[in-house]
Amino acid sequence: MVATNIPVPAVRCQRVTKEFASGDTKTQALRGIDMEILPGEVTLLAGPSGCGKTTLISVIAGLLKPTQGVVEVMGRKLNELPGGSLVRFRAQHVGFVFQQYNLLPALTAAENTAVPLLIAGRPRRAAIAEARQQLVKLGLEGRTEFRPNQLSGGQQQRVAIARALIHHPSILVCDEPTAALDAHSGQQVMQLLTRVAAEADRAVIIVTHDHRVFQFGQRIIHLADGQIERDERTPGPPPSGPGMA
Amino acid sequence: MRWVAVRMLVGDTAKYLGLVFGISFATLLMAQQISIFVGIMARTASQVSDIRDASLWVMDSKTRFIDEAPGLADNDLHRVRGVPGVEWAVQLYKGQVTARLADGEYRALILFGLDDGTLVGGPQEMIVGELSDLRQPDAVIVDKAGYEYMWPGAPYEIGREFELNDRRARLVGICKASAPFTTLPVMYTRISTVRGFVPQQRQVMNYILAEPLEGEDPEEVCRRIDEATGLMALTQRQFFWKTIRYFLSTTGIPVNFGITIALGFIVGAAITGQTFYLFTLENLKQFGALKAMGVTNLRILGMVLLQAMIVGALGYGIGIGLTAAFFESTKNITHLAGLYLNPYAALGVGVAVLMIISLSALTASIKVLVLEPAVVFRG
Repeated sequence: MVATNIPVPAVRCQRVTKEFASGDTKTQALRGIDMEILPGEVTLLAGPSGCGKTTLISVIAGLLKPTQGVVEVMGRKLNELPGGSLVRFRAQHVGFVFQQYNLLPALTAAENTAVPLLIAGRPRRAAIAEARQQLVKLGLEGRTEFRPNQLSGGQQQRVAIARALIHHPSILVCDEPTAALDAHSGQQVMQLLTRVAAEADRAVIIVTHDHRVFQFGQRIIHLADGQIERDERTPGPPPSGPGMA
Repeated sequence: MRWVAVRMLVGDTAKYLGLVFGISFATLLMAQQISIFVGIMARTASQVSDIRDASLWVMDSKTRFIDEAPGLADNDLHRVRGVPGVEWAVQLYKGQVTARLADGEYRALILFGLDDGTLVGGPQEMIVGELSDLRQPDAVIVDKAGYEYMWPGAPYEIGREFELNDRRARLVGICKASAPFTTLPVMYTRISTVRGFVPQQRQVMNYILAEPLEGEDPEEVCRRIDEATGLMALTQRQFFWKTIRYFLSTTGIPVNFGITIALGFIVGAAITGQTFYLFTLENLKQFGALKAMGVTNLRILGMVLLQAMIVGALGYGIGIGLTAAFFESTKNITHLAGLYLNPYAALGVGVAVLMIISLSALTASIKVLVLEPAVVFRG
């Protein structure tokens, strides 16, 4: 017998549908999605507005329950997790990067970064100390005590990435992470995302419709009308440029 | 996460101060108005509570409040003394007269005529002179606020003379007395002297002060006096509340104060509720992000309640502090003397503030609790 080394998928979706109802009107946002995403992979979900990208990552991240089908993350079936366990699962295994950063304006960069650790019950001082180190790794030394309004868009998104990664999640879910950034900052953020994902061997799922960031994905899943239209492999992300550390 | 909740709250300085101001203002308005209301109501019966050397008040059965007692026959005094359980009983006059001062000015005043032999019902605390000085001819004692009202700015000086009903009255002492409802001077003299100070009337005595025998139930003794004499006998406490109830039911005071207190509550609740709601609404995305990152609804509710409690405690503290400062700063103003921050008012306002912040927090929380965490992915 020959032993095969098949990696366990970080995310597995089987015939996933999602329907939204508003009065008598029903909208089918996802129509039978079947896909697997492997750890260490940077997967882009692309497609026009309304194609179901955001719904799909919401379902994968455990923020929405699918109407039908099975969503498995790190071998756990999210459908079967009760509400409280699902919230704990998200806190432990999922990292989020939002389009508008969603940093708490009253907190400094270090304090914002420490939030997932505080949610996990880590003592404040220890959490903030760890957050400072994380920010230094992401090139934000000297900015750790700045508030969001004292940082540029690119810097805020880097703080958001630091926050998303500090608790070592198994999957990183990013929603249009470059949409609010200029081209240069967008490139930097994408290089950072692909670098940290590769380092940590975690699955990174990025929703985007920005063609300039397609070069950073190892795989691009094109969605249209709630279905997978095309699933393509790419040569992979370009090497990180100097000064990106 | 409690720390995050506190930082979120104080991070938005304008809203934070707005919330604290709203609660402080509501607290100040409610605590001050309730305290003044309670103080004014207590003033209506202050002459009842000031007499501490007799437990029972006997009066005409139709008397509704302290200022409205018709005269009693001299024989009534003996009848009361004859009721079983009564240790002693003395006569008392309480009425209103007008004084003509040496400079020709007139002053209305409240006059008490005390039993000549015992001086029961007299002031409890003298500032100048002695209570026994009332035994001098035409002698009167006036309360401190009354003295300042009759002779503004003048140093305390006994021996001053003025006229009551065209008869000479001579000041022999200055005493402490609780402020009356009408803020008129409170003057004491002997009941035999009253006969000259008031216009001619057949019966001068309009109250009988009595004391039950030791071990007798005062209310039972009152009942016996009622039965035996046809008069109305009340304990001091009963007469105090009867007088207050009269003013509560026949004047617009409770309605006016009630409106102000209600406005304090409504304005406080509106300012706080609206500001807190807006504060939560503006942080909705942040709360959504926290929920997405794994903060439970219970924890979110705890965060919002903590924010509300901080605002409530701080606002209440400032409001009560300002109320106390108001009464402290006005305690030497004659017509405001005796009004103070009522501890029950402070407690009641505390409960009202707790209601305001709880309602505000819960109303604001609903928005957060029903928030789908997936909202964070909508631009």
